[in-house]
Amino acid sequence: MMIDTILRRAMPGIAALAAGFALATASSVALAQQEQPEQYFGIPSSRVGPYSAMGTGYYGGIIDYLNYVNMKFGGVNGVKLTYDECETEYNAARTVECYQRLLNKGDQKMVVFDTLGTPGAYAVIGRMAPDNVVLAQYGYGRTDAADGRVWPWVFNAAGHYWGQIAVKMNFMAQKEGGIDKMKGKTIVHLHIDTAYGREPLPAMREIAKEWGVKLIEIAIPPPGLEQQSQWLQIRKEKADWVTFWGAGSGMNSTAITTAARVGFPRERMVYVTFGGAEEDMIPAGDAAKGTYVAANAAPGKFPLIQDIEKVVYAAGKGNMQNPQRVGTVYYNRGVGAAVMWVEALKNAQRIHNKAGKTVTGAEFRDGYEALDINDNKLKELGILGMSAPFKMSCAKHDGSERFRMMQWDGTKFVLLTDWVAAPNPAFIRKLIEDSAAKYAAENNITPRQCS
Amino acid sequence: MVDFWFFIEVLVGGLLSGTMYSLVALGFVLIYKASSVFNFAQGAMVFFAVLTFVGFMELGLPFWAALPVAVGVMVLVGMATERFVLRPLVSQSEDTLLMATIGLAFVIEGVAQLAWGVDVRRLDLGIRDEPINWVMDTTGMLISQLDITAALVAGIMVVALALLFSYTKVGRGLRAVADDHAAALSIGIPLKHIWMLVWATAGIVALVAGMLWGARSGVQFALVWVALKALPVLIIGGFTSIPGVIIAGLIVGAAEKVLEVYIGPFFGGGIEGWAPYMLAVFFLLIRPEGLFGEKIIRRV
Amino acid sequence: MFYREAGQFRTSYAQDSQIFPLRQDRIGMVILLIAAALLPFVANAYWLTAILIPWLVLSLVALGQNILMGYAGQLSLGSAGFMAVGAFACYNLILRIDGIPFVVAVALSGVCAALVGIVFGLPSLRIRGLYLAVATLASQFFIVWALDKFPWFKNYDPAGVITAQPIIMFGHNFASPREKYWVVLAIVVVLTLLAKNMARGSVGRGWMAVRDMDVAAEVMGLSLLRTKLQAFAISSFYCGVGGALFAFAYLQTVEPSAFAIDLSFRILFMVIIGGLGTIMGSFLGAGFILLMPIFLNIFFHSVFGKSVDATITSALEQVIFGAIIIVFLIFEPLGFARLWQLTKERLRLWPFSH
Repeated sequence: MMIDTILRRAMPGIAALAAGFALATASSVALAQQEQPEQYFGIPSSRVGPYSAMGTGYYGGIIDYLNYVNMKFGGVNGVKLTYDECETEYNAARTVECYQRLLNKGDQKMVVFDTLGTPGAYAVIGRMAPDNVVLAQYGYGRTDAADGRVWPWVFNAAGHYWGQIAVKMNFMAQKEGGIDKMKGKTIVHLHIDTAYGREPLPAMREIAKEWGVKLIEIAIPPPGLEQQSQWLQIRKEKADWVTFWGAGSGMNSTAITTAARVGFPRERMVYVTFGGAEEDMIPAGDAAKGTYVAANAAPGKFPLIQDIEKVVYAAGKGNMQNPQRVGTVYYNRGVGAAVMWVEALKNAQRIHNKAGKTVTGAEFRDGYEALDINDNKLKELGILGMSAPFKMSCAKHDGSERFRMMQWDGTKFVLLTDWVAAPNPAFIRKLIEDSAAKYAAENNITPRQCS
Repeated sequence: MVDFWFFIEVLVGGLLSGTMYSLVALGFVLIYKASSVFNFAQGAMVFFAVLTFVGFMELGLPFWAALPVAVGVMVLVGMATERFVLRPLVSQSEDTLLMATIGLAFVIEGVAQLAWGVDVRRLDLGIRDEPINWVMDTTGMLISQLDITAALVAGIMVVALALLFSYTKVGRGLRAVADDHAAALSIGIPLKHIWMLVWATAGIVALVAGMLWGARSGVQFALVWVALKALPVLIIGGFTSIPGVIIAGLIVGAAEKVLEVYIGPFFGGGIEGWAPYMLAVFFLLIRPEGLFGEKIIRRV
Repeated sequence: MFYREAGQFRTSYAQDSQIFPLRQDRIGMVILLIAAALLPFVANAYWLTAILIPWLVLSLVALGQNILMGYAGQLSLGSAGFMAVGAFACYNLILRIDGIPFVVAVALSGVCAALVGIVFGLPSLRIRGLYLAVATLASQFFIVWALDKFPWFKNYDPAGVITAQPIIMFGHNFASPREKYWVVLAIVVVLTLLAKNMARGSVGRGWMAVRDMDVAAEVMGLSLLRTKLQAFAISSFYCGVGGALFAFAYLQTVEPSAFAIDLSFRILFMVIIGGLGTIMGSFLGAGFILLMPIFLNIFFHSVFGKSVDATITSALEQVIFGAIIIVFLIFEPLGFARLWQLTKERLRLWPFSH
């Protein structure tokens, strides 16, 4: 009766384990007496699985910046920044669980949540308003959240997909010699067969119609490790440009190698921000040379990044396992996002006269909405050129809507342009407002008034 | 006329990618043929194998030294799997073993990320993945060195393994063990050694498959999902047939690409994900044990 | 052990065929149900929304999978696909039929999933075992692709990921976690009871006959077509209802990527680790598979905190999760349900050993 013996012997062990579990859960939400006020942030990281390269870079950047602020400035007006991590494996259900777990720490609630991806963002977007948490989408997620009247708690500070595609199409037109030269050209939108991949299509179709461009949409079913048929189609259609909108390094690098195999010039491929990072280019090897990528956070060793290396990494507190990744696209994106959090915190403390004290979600939201980062501020922070200047307001929850175009030269990205805006922002704004209004109508939401 | 050549191009491209699928499916078939276990962890093994190989190269070993080291590691993994996962579960049902291999997949994936980190890596085999010029000039088709290498490797491995199973003593022992391991044990076939050999071989096959896929798509976590592409190949070819793997691989590869290019646009594309599976189901309805699989005889 | 079973006589067929023949068991079950209903008053929002609701929902889906795999013996990997059908059907029903009560919408979406299940269950008439499992993967991939590809399902939403509507029944909006929990609890209890009775009755016996020896069953006069398709239909119904609840009461978003193949695998785990062919096993397995990763995450974060790189702990969690599954399968392949049964047997005899 082996099972019997094992059961008998295991019972105390199981009981101990259960007790340990209860203790661990209890302790993680236990009250802690704080001597010094601490502002708590919840971080839903994705460090394993297919998006781990992205997750470790991005959240590593965020954590490094929070530690940097603590180490160099002693926090924000003396309020130290603390954080807790929770592994989501980039999965919507786990993101919801992490959101709930991270929501409260002691008697404090987290004030901002950043899911680094559209599926997670959508899963928690409905909880933001009731829970008073800001959803800081850094260049992803629900695009029509740019209309702050319908989405007071959701922000899109680093540009969104509709603006991005407009900037890219303009870039292509520029390369061709002008918008009038685009007439009759063929653009293929090669995308992952999900909502994220189809995201820019509404804007793209409008622009294509206006310019007389033939737009062909070709989908790649995930995981996209095999793209032979798609690229043969592209070759058959004799595409002039390909906008690539993939996710996950497998798909992104496979696109480049397959393009090389069918002889499509990489200089005619424009990658999306989430598809074009060092982790996507390197596996493709030499074939990646010449690919264009749009960036909402430029890679490179900007003054702030260098300072982080000096302050945080020299003290051995850096979060990146591989320090060479400091300054890469995802890392800088994370730092950019964290900079916004801290600046919003400063605003919140200032607006609500709470310098040196912790702020609530509603106060943080006001601080985030009041973000006004101009070139001088960027220089002061040490990220001039890394992030675009922007100003948010009650109705306008999207940031700068500007992107930099860069090109992979085989070993690193070379920044080609400065911050380029979409050519027709009013048109994009109209699309956003229409979409937000439709959502509000469907869900019986009264948009708030913005003076 | 242009369209016809395009069709040939798609077809050839499909056949070539089919050989890549066959490589992965080969590992499944090996293990199933010798131990009646459906090894769901094969995808994870492919990932781990090539990651180990690249990892050792990064640590400084040259190509020809890293290769046997990676082979050695995979042999160890195979042996450990046999000893700690399969032997305790020796008389359990198919479902239980399947679940155990899925659990094994998690373990191998986690260990891979623990040991080598989550960075994406490049694998340069020295084989170029760009169209060979003279082929392109004469026939207009785009075939790269990597394509041909993969096809050759797959062909050689299939032939070698088929010969192994049919004509060598070891191969006969393997087949006997798969048929009825109690009977095999009773006539003196060393069960443990046989299983270790099989898993080790599957590990080596995984390494080869991983190297070729890694050279094409980069060495990263997504390689784990290559296994999902190999499943229709297994169904159509039959779980127990090695020659079937190649033929089924060609069928799946070709059909997948042709369907995607010609039927896909009517649906907005993306049918590649399920078309091979639907095709497999269709084949199964005609021949429930796959084209070349052993006929399932059920007795009441 | 705690109570005497002696002296309770069953004097009629009706009494004999009760689910809980012992009075104490009945009382125990009533207490359990009352405790479950009163739980929201002591549990905080985290427990309700992140643990209890998904546990109940996934138990329901595991129940569906158990019906198909455990009772009817049809190996299936498509449960997440049927969940997706249920979720989208519910969304569309509430969207297009004004004022439909949530429960009715959920029931109808279960029916939709059942119809889809019948269609994809047809191959089971010819294919068996592992081949059927891989064939059901076809249904999984196809369903998720179709729901994502055709914008009608999402009401032409430009964003492509739709927010689930609020749960409205009898004019009341069940918005708070507590109310959602009660809705889910009620539906799960009713459906579990139904499943238990089906399993005990002729329907269940038919399934088990097909599972054990289908040729013999057919010889005896059992229509394989009807039985197998019935199993698929009922199983898909449960998965569909579970999917609707998953989307509406838990995630609050209806998107195809939430119903991907790894969810199918998790449900498979739940069923096997819980105990194939048992009702109790679905609940226990769902609890284990749901809680283990969370527990590991919390455990590692509280033990190692910030001293160890979080990437390493995340990878370790995966390794341990897989290892625990393997260990479990080695020591108790019949699952938690069997462990529970053994415990009950020992408790009946305690303090005696036999």
